[in-house]
Amino acid sequence: MNSLKQYIELYLENRATVDENSAAPLNKLRAEALEVLERAQLPDSSCEDFEHTSINDMFAPDYGVNISRVNIPVDVASSFKCGVPNMSTLLGITVNDSFRSTSTLQGKLTDGALFMSLRAAAREKAELVERYYGSVAPLSNASVALNTLLAQDGALIYVPRGVQLSKPLQLVNIFSSPAPLAAFRRLLIVLEDDAAAQLLVCDHTQDSATDYLSSQVVEVVAGRNSSLEIIDIEESSSRTSRYSQMFVRQHDGSNVRINGTTLYGGITRNDYHIDVSGAHCSTTLNGMAICSASQHTDNHTRINHLSQHCHSTQMFKYVLDDDSKGVFSGSILVAPGASFTEAYQSNRNILASTDARMHTKPQLEIYNDDVKCSHGATTGQLDAEALFYMRTRGITEHEARTMLMQAFMTDVIDSVHIDGLSDRLRHLVELRFKGGPDALCGDCAASCRGESVVKQ
Amino acid sequence: MDKNKDIETNDILGDVTNNEYKYGFTTDIETDIIPRGLNEDVVRFISAKKGEPEWLLEFRLKAFRHWLTLTPPKWAHLDIPEIDFQAISYYAAPRKKEGPKSMDEVDPQLIDTFNKLGIPLEEQKVLSGMAVDAVMDSVSVKTTHREKLAELGVIFCSISEAVKDYPDLVKRYLGSVVSYRDNFYAALNSAVFSDGSFVYIPKGVRCPMELSTYFRINASGTGQFERTLIVADDDAYVSYLEGCTAPMRDENQLHAAIVEIVVEERAEVKYSTVQNWYAGDKEGRGGVYNFVTKRGLCRGDYSKLSWTQVETGSAITWKYPSCILAGEGAVGEFYSVAVTNNYQQADTGTKMIHTGRNTRSTIVSKGISAGHSQNSYRGLVKVAPKADGCRNYTQCDSLLLSSTCGAHTFPYIDVLNDTAIVEHEATTSKISEDQIFYCNQRGIPTEEAVGLIVNGYAKEVMNKLPMEFAVEAQKLLQITLEGSVG
Repeated sequence: MNSLKQYIELYLENRATVDENSAAPLNKLRAEALEVLERAQLPDSSCEDFEHTSINDMFAPDYGVNISRVNIPVDVASSFKCGVPNMSTLLGITVNDSFRSTSTLQGKLTDGALFMSLRAAAREKAELVERYYGSVAPLSNASVALNTLLAQDGALIYVPRGVQLSKPLQLVNIFSSPAPLAAFRRLLIVLEDDAAAQLLVCDHTQDSATDYLSSQVVEVVAGRNSSLEIIDIEESSSRTSRYSQMFVRQHDGSNVRINGTTLYGGITRNDYHIDVSGAHCSTTLNGMAICSASQHTDNHTRINHLSQHCHSTQMFKYVLDDDSKGVFSGSILVAPGASFTEAYQSNRNILASTDARMHTKPQLEIYNDDVKCSHGATTGQLDAEALFYMRTRGITEHEARTMLMQAFMTDVIDSVHIDGLSDRLRHLVELRFKGGPDALCGDCAASCRGESVVKQ
Repeated sequence: MDKNKDIETNDILGDVTNNEYKYGFTTDIETDIIPRGLNEDVVRFISAKKGEPEWLLEFRLKAFRHWLTLTPPKWAHLDIPEIDFQAISYYAAPRKKEGPKSMDEVDPQLIDTFNKLGIPLEEQKVLSGMAVDAVMDSVSVKTTHREKLAELGVIFCSISEAVKDYPDLVKRYLGSVVSYRDNFYAALNSAVFSDGSFVYIPKGVRCPMELSTYFRINASGTGQFERTLIVADDDAYVSYLEGCTAPMRDENQLHAAIVEIVVEERAEVKYSTVQNWYAGDKEGRGGVYNFVTKRGLCRGDYSKLSWTQVETGSAITWKYPSCILAGEGAVGEFYSVAVTNNYQQADTGTKMIHTGRNTRSTIVSKGISAGHSQNSYRGLVKVAPKADGCRNYTQCDSLLLSSTCGAHTFPYIDVLNDTAIVEHEATTSKISEDQIFYCNQRGIPTEEAVGLIVNGYAKEVMNKLPMEFAVEAQKLLQITLEGSVG
């Protein structure tokens, strides 16, 4: 069964509506995308890279797509409870796929920096969007092509040359719909030379009873000597499927730090594809996943070292409870000529229940001899001796386990360099461990409704 | 040797003797070869030629029909040229005079060949205490020490003899570990295998000597499809050695073997391989395509299977000796040194499948790449849901000796049980200049220093090899790398 068919049909029937509710630079690529899709198929478990997560199955159910851009009401206050105390951000909200500016954002960005709706940007700054839209994510990839075919909006972040944003940007994605809904979102992040920005993205759902499908393509261009930090936290519902593909191109001397954290979700698949095409670049790609019930989290990373003197580190940590399933496949490629590369990768996992499963596949592909590369992967459980030690000191088993798991995640949390955010993340992780499988993001009320809720 | 190309990188080592393949002689011996091509008649012919019983012919035909439905696997990190399976002759036997009863009756040219290979077929070498089954172009030529082993009840013979003499044993175990449906090459081998070794160690017997098989492809345009079946009954022990060589030829030769091992309760099998098939010349012409399926089933509780391999030859190696650890407390080990030079490609590793409780496995893989070669480690560690208390430790290191070669690691770790502890570590680097400098400073020339460092690097694995092999393997390592270090 080819689940692409329904989306192609949808597009062919509503071609005019799709175009009308988007903008020219986005519409321009649709024909090419269609051409690719007519010959392609979404990857399923027979594909090596998708062995445990079939994208074809993920896209198979009959979701609605809001192509005529009906303004679905959303109670932002009730879904978005994850303001970060001690951290002041410039906030933008995406409802399904349409970007809505907020009062904290309007007029706050200066020096020509942009944080706005991609659709609006494509109309107002057509030249800029045209230059970068689709320049990093390859259309030959069927999932990217599908996103390109149907994406009408999303967000644009543009930081001009030499501008360093003083406040972090925050993008909150909220799903809200009365019926099952698929959203095709685009995020375009462009940092010109010597620019700097920090971005916090979090995914939420208005309710946990509706099926949502999120298809997201993130394109990042990091100019020479630019510095970018992205923290992506997923706190959606167990009925949400997410396929996020991030494509990054790094130019000389750029520093990109990415953190992908999955706290709540249904089926999650994140692809990180980083081309380190410039020399003297630094790349940090960290992530963690805490899964319970039948959650499924699959992180797939690929760092291509194409130039000399670059440094990359990857660290992914998983704690898997109940009958959840974790998948990690990470690869490092060092191209011929990319001498003096240092690339490290580590994946550590804890299986907390008998039915939890972990599939990990750390890979190295090295075509150059002057490199230092290593990877390590472990799968195990909490140290029995440490648990025993804590028990002898009168700490309950549950408490002791939570403390150890919390400690296990510490190095990923500490790698976040946004003031206030790592504390917040630590708190969220603690709540996640303490809240049990039924505690949804909405329960992490600590920051906006006082500290009273959910402490067991 | 192309001096212009290598002169800069190899200014010291460029003069070192060329990497000649010293086993590259052919033997002028009368051979029975059937016409090239593969169809049901060929399968029937092979079976008839060997006078096989009906059940074995059925087994072959089933495998052949299954093979027809398959296509060669493409997932490995290998650039495999299209192989025309109809252009290969599937049976080549050295023409025998009727039944050689003693050494005098074996074709003297053949003895000469094995002497060149250093096989202790002759009396004087029998003293060195190894029992040898030599397989040339798919057919087992001579098995030594047979009588002595028979006293202990140990069966060590060619698989075609075993089919005649011990049909029940063969029927019981053949295909029980590697089914003909396993993969493309396993199906091909099951259809056309011509010979190989059969080993049976009865209950409680500790095999007093190392058993050894030497494989050699001689005739041109042929493939070699041998099959090895080793059964160690309760409390038995055996150490088995396998060596491979082939003559130098411009064309590529195909080798698709199956090794099946069954290890019963508390038994132990140690399987060592030194693989030195012809690797092709410096330009990557010729060489053997080595597609091998090796698997052991640790069926009994507390059984142990240990694979040790030194892979220096073959143009293409596709080989994953595996252990299915089904018995409680079973132990699987895999120690490997894979060296690739010039245009060789290797995609090799292991599978450790933990299905029994408290099973343990260790994987140590050392890859060395030089020239334009590609060397990949690909391995699977799987812990089944009911296998409590499993432990795995994996270490794979790669050493890169040139800027044009590649070293890759593709480990797959599937843990379906929360009591398992699985660790994987991998590193990739080149020989550090500090180490070379240190040696130079103490009067050790660079080429020797590299040899020293590489040997030290591979020592952990070499130590696991039986004495006779360790010496040969160490030499091979040096020969393979000569003229490649820069």
